[in-house]
Order: sequence, then structure tokens, then C-alpha cells
Amino acid sequence: MKTLFKAVAIAAVSTLGLGAGTVAKAEGEKLVYIYHSGDEDFWWNTIKNTLDQAESELGITVDVRNPPNGDSAQMARIVEQAAAADYDGMIVTIGDYDALRDAITGAVDSGMPVITVNSGTQEQSESMGALMHIGQPEFDAGKLGGERAKADGVSDFVCFNHQMGNIPLTDRCAGFAEGLGLPELGDRMVDLGGDPVEAKNRAFAYLKANPDVEAILTLGPNGGDPTLQALEELGLAGAIYWASFELSDDMIGALKDGSLKWSIDQQQFFQGYLAANLLTNYIRYGVRVPHHINSGPGFLTKDNIEQVESLIGTFR
Amino acid sequence: MTDHTADAPDERVKDLSLSQRFLMRPEMGSFCGVILVLIFFLLIASDNGMFNPDGIRNWSVVSAQFAIIAVGACLLMIAGEFDLSVGSMIGFAGMVLAISNVHYGLPMWMGILAAFVLSVALGAFNGFLVIKTKLPSFIVTLAFLYILRGLTIYMSVTTTSKTILSGMKPAAEADWLAPIFGGEAFKFVFTWMAEQGWIATFTRGTFEGQPVVSGVPALILWAIGLVIFGQFLLTRTRFGNWIFASGGDAHAAEYAGIPVKRVKVLMFMFTAFCACIFAMCQVTEFGSAGADRGLLKEFEAIICVVIGGALLTGGYGSVIGAGLGAIMFGVVQQGLFFSGAESSLFRVFLGSLLLIAVITNTYIRRRIIGAGD
Repeated sequence: MKTLFKAVAIAAVSTLGLGAGTVAKAEGEKLVYIYHSGDEDFWWNTIKNTLDQAESELGITVDVRNPPNGDSAQMARIVEQAAAADYDGMIVTIGDYDALRDAITGAVDSGMPVITVNSGTQEQSESMGALMHIGQPEFDAGKLGGERAKADGVSDFVCFNHQMGNIPLTDRCAGFAEGLGLPELGDRMVDLGGDPVEAKNRAFAYLKANPDVEAILTLGPNGGDPTLQALEELGLAGAIYWASFELSDDMIGALKDGSLKWSIDQQQFFQGYLAANLLTNYIRYGVRVPHHINSGPGFLTKDNIEQVESLIGTFR
Repeated sequence: MTDHTADAPDERVKDLSLSQRFLMRPEMGSFCGVILVLIFFLLIASDNGMFNPDGIRNWSVVSAQFAIIAVGACLLMIAGEFDLSVGSMIGFAGMVLAISNVHYGLPMWMGILAAFVLSVALGAFNGFLVIKTKLPSFIVTLAFLYILRGLTIYMSVTTTSKTILSGMKPAAEADWLAPIFGGEAFKFVFTWMAEQGWIATFTRGTFEGQPVVSGVPALILWAIGLVIFGQFLLTRTRFGNWIFASGGDAHAAEYAGIPVKRVKVLMFMFTAFCACIFAMCQVTEFGSAGADRGLLKEFEAIICVVIGGALLTGGYGSVIGAGLGAIMFGVVQQGLFFSGAESSLFRVFLGSLLLIAVITNTYIRRRIIGAGD
């Protein structure tokens, strides 16, 4: 019994000592970045690159964690674990508000500074007590896109979704419909599926069966690349108004030759690098930006593509 | 005492009527299924261009993709094993080609050869582990489903810090080997048919005046070639009998002197080979590879095989059946698109199809083969 007390005492003292150490030292903060997607989702790789940048510039470490299969219940467990671990701060996406609310609120209540990024809304972020939200309000981004298309003379559209069930993607379609002034999205959203050959052929079949399609919205390269192929095979590249979110190398080519009108970029650099930077400065000096930050939408067009081109897939 | 009379024909050489013989064939269910599905969509979707030349090409390509992996899965399943790493293998093989080409600047043909060598070697390793550990292949290949997927992502991120590599199309078109996977054949036939007015030409856009179908995609030729090869191997060669025997009763087969282990390892290698063909066709046609390619493809391959009449327990099945299963799969998936039905219903339809196929197959086999089990 005595030895047990002794062990506990030693452990307590050394923990306190460690704690004091981190406070005294202005560098070497340990942050955790938790996102909701599965391992296969390429998009987050850019975030990791920007976090590497933050690590080397600020002298911090950022552990990136995610549920390997994109399960939001498992993500909640990861948030709980991270809150219990000795991290100095947490950056977390609100991939599924209902599943994560308790876990993130719990982390905040335990004294961990938290910044929410990417998915979710600013209201949700506030309700959980996070410092701020850095993201692209997806509905609004879609709406701005729809307004832009309307100004270009578009009156109706179809939304090619490569990941049905992903709520932010649906929001983009719904926002676009509102921007165009349509009463509702209705059956304008079509399931492309994730496999490129199937997606291409589904897009082809849809366009073949619906020759009066006026405009197409794709939601990322997984839907954009196959759509481009289908348009080219139908000889309709450039003939149909095509707009998208995000870019791939092939889509850059389409942007340059005019078959892709524009693409919306949510500038994930800010969701990675900036979040880590702001959180570190809050931990170090107690300074904070007193409002939320919209990282997007940024429109990419033929005119501003030059610089973006070299950074696609690494920082953009 | 039954009512057998002395002059009744010997029961063991009983004559079977044509319809009985047809019903006994494992591919019977899928054959009827394909006919039914085609009639169904002819009725509801033909005015949307599903059965125009370009419409047919459309669902054929999707079917062909399923068929390529189904052939490998079918032979392996008849040999009594599963491979759940097929989907991950597709991502892996594609990424090997992409990294060697984009990152290391190797010519496409070298990348293609490297992908085949690595995939087949991994297939052999899979088989070797199953044989050596005597674990169910379900478990061993399930492990590889994760190992390969993780490895693919790691490999692409550490070398290129991207997980989708694209822009290989020009290199693929200029290469001598890549068009075998990503090109089109018999182009002159289609140009000629368009000149005769048999197939339509584009009336607007950049291809105005050219035929709507310019050739047969390599993917389709690979699928047909693999189905013919697989069916020949299975039904016309001694090795085919070995496959059936290995899956039917491995112990009995071993006592009969059949090299069961070798048969199984070879089938694992063949499955990986098919997955690699799938990947090569996709990468060379699209000019891009992604670490997330091939997700869930292992199950789709197994669905085709089961719809095609193969037994999950091994020892019974048909490659043609698997090919027909793949056709049904592709027709249903694309048909729902042409007909404008809610696309999420596809999965409902597919699941129901699978269930019906298994139930009818089991029922009919019991009735016809007459076994009381």
C-alpha cells in the first residue's frame, strides 16, 4: 500500500513538473488535428501539407487523426481520447454535429482550447464553446456559385454528386439551386458513384438521356474528371455550362480551354495552416481573432489559374 | 419397393430432357436474368438511347469492368477461396504505374510491367499465407484489404505528397504498351458503318460528323478475352478439373494426387492479375490514378460470381455465368440512369438481385441434382 502511494505521488509530481515545463517553454506545443473523412479521401492530404508548414515555421507538433473508415461515432471516440491526452490544443472538423457535440463540448469543458474547421456551421462551433470556426459555409458557397451562373444566363442545372450522403456536398447543390432562383433542388442531384469509369458512364448516360441539360455542377475532382471525360466523348465540352468545386490537373486544362467555366476553392490552406497558427498564438500569448473566418469560397477562373496551377494537390 | 420394372433404363444414365439439362447449368440463372433485365430496360429505357450504339457501349464498358475482376474471383471461388483484397489491389496497381511514371519519369510500359509483377507477386504471397497458415482466405485477404490500401496511400503521399496523380493521358497515348489497355480497337469498322449510315454521327460539338462510337474500348476486349480464357481453362483442360476438385473437397483432391496448394496459389495470382488489368485499363484511359480507387470492388466481383451461379463454398460455378452476372450488373446500373429512375435504387435492386439469384440457384440445384441436402 505504501509503495502504491509513493508511486502515485511520484507520478503526480512528475506530471506537475511536466505541466510547469510546457507553460514555461514558449515552443514545442503539441496540437491535435482531427477530421472526419476516411483514409482514402485525398482532400485532407493538402491539409497535412499545410500543417507540416506550420510545424516547421512555429516549432510545434501537430498530430493528425481521423477515423480510417470515416465513421463519425469513431471520430467522437478519437476526440474524447485526444481531450484526455496531454495536447495543448485541438483543431477539429464538425463532420457530424449530432455525433460530435458531446465529445467536442467535453474537450472544451476540460480546458482544451478548440478551433473548429471545415464542415459545420459557425453557430454549431459557438454552441460547443470553440474559439472560432474556419471554414466554407457550403450552402452559401453554392449560392454564390448559382448567382454567378445566373448572371451568365443559366436558368437550370444538374448536380453530379460523387459522394451521396455527404451532407456538405448536398448543401452545395441546394445552395446553387437557390442562387439560380429555383424553388428547390428537387431531383436535380444525380449519384455518380466513386469509381471513375462508372462515374463517367453514368454522366454520359444522364446527358444522353437528358439532352436539354443546360448546366452541370460537379463537387470535386472525383466527379469532375469523369464528367469532363463524358463531355468530351459526347463532343459537348464547352457547349454545356460546367462549373465545379475544387480542381484536378485535368480540370485545370478544362478551365484554360473554357470547357470548365469556373471552380470554387475553399482554400483549405487556411483550414490547416491558419488554424494551427492561430491556435498556437492563442496558447502562447492569449491573443485571438474575435470572429469566425470564412476560408472560402474563392473563385478560380481562367484569369487567376496560373499561380494556383503549380500548387494544386499540395497546398490548394 | 418402387415401381421399377426390369426393362427400365439404368438410373445412372438416365436421359435428361433439354430443359432439365439447361436448368442444371450453373449459369442458367444469370442467363435468364440477363434476358429479363434486357427486356425490362428495352421496354422502359429504349427511347432514351440506351440501346443506341453509344448507349450499348456505355453499359458494356461498365459491365466489362465488373467482368474482368469477376473472372478472377470466379475461378478462385470455384477453387474454394476468396480474395477480399481485389479492390485494394486495384488502387495499389494503379498507383504503382502512376508513381513510376509521374514521380520517377519511367516510361508507361515499364510502370505497367512493374505493376503486374508486384500485383502477381502479392497474389502469390496471399495464396502462400493461406496455404501455410491454414487460415480461412477470408481472414488473410481481409488483412490485405487494409494492408494494401494503407500502403497505397502511404506510398503516394511519401513520394508525391498527393493521393491522386493525373495528367498521364498524353504519355499513355504515346506509349507502345499502354494503348492495349486504354485504347480502342476496330476503329475502321465504325468509321465505315457511319459512312454507310448504320450508326449515327455527332450532330454538334467538336466531333461533328464523326461516328458516335469510334471503336471498341480495350476494356471490353479484355473482358471477353478473359471470360473465354477462364471458361476454356475451367471446362476444357485438366487444370480446370483440378480447380473444381480443389474447391469441392481439397482432401479428396490431394489424395487423388492433385496439387491443390499449387492450384490455389495460382488462382490467387490470377485474381491479382485480373485486378491489375482492371487498374491498367482505368489508369491508361483516364490518365489518372487515385489511392481510393477500387473501393468495394471485391464485393462487386463476388456478387457477379454468385449471381452467375457459383457456390460460395467452392467446387461449383461457371466463368460464363460470372460474365453474365457482370453484364446484368452493368445493365441494371446504367439502365436506371437511362430510364431516369432514382439512382440510389440501384443498390436496392442489386441487393434484391443477389438474394433472388442465390435463392433460385440453391432451389433449382436441389431439385435437379436431386440431392436431399
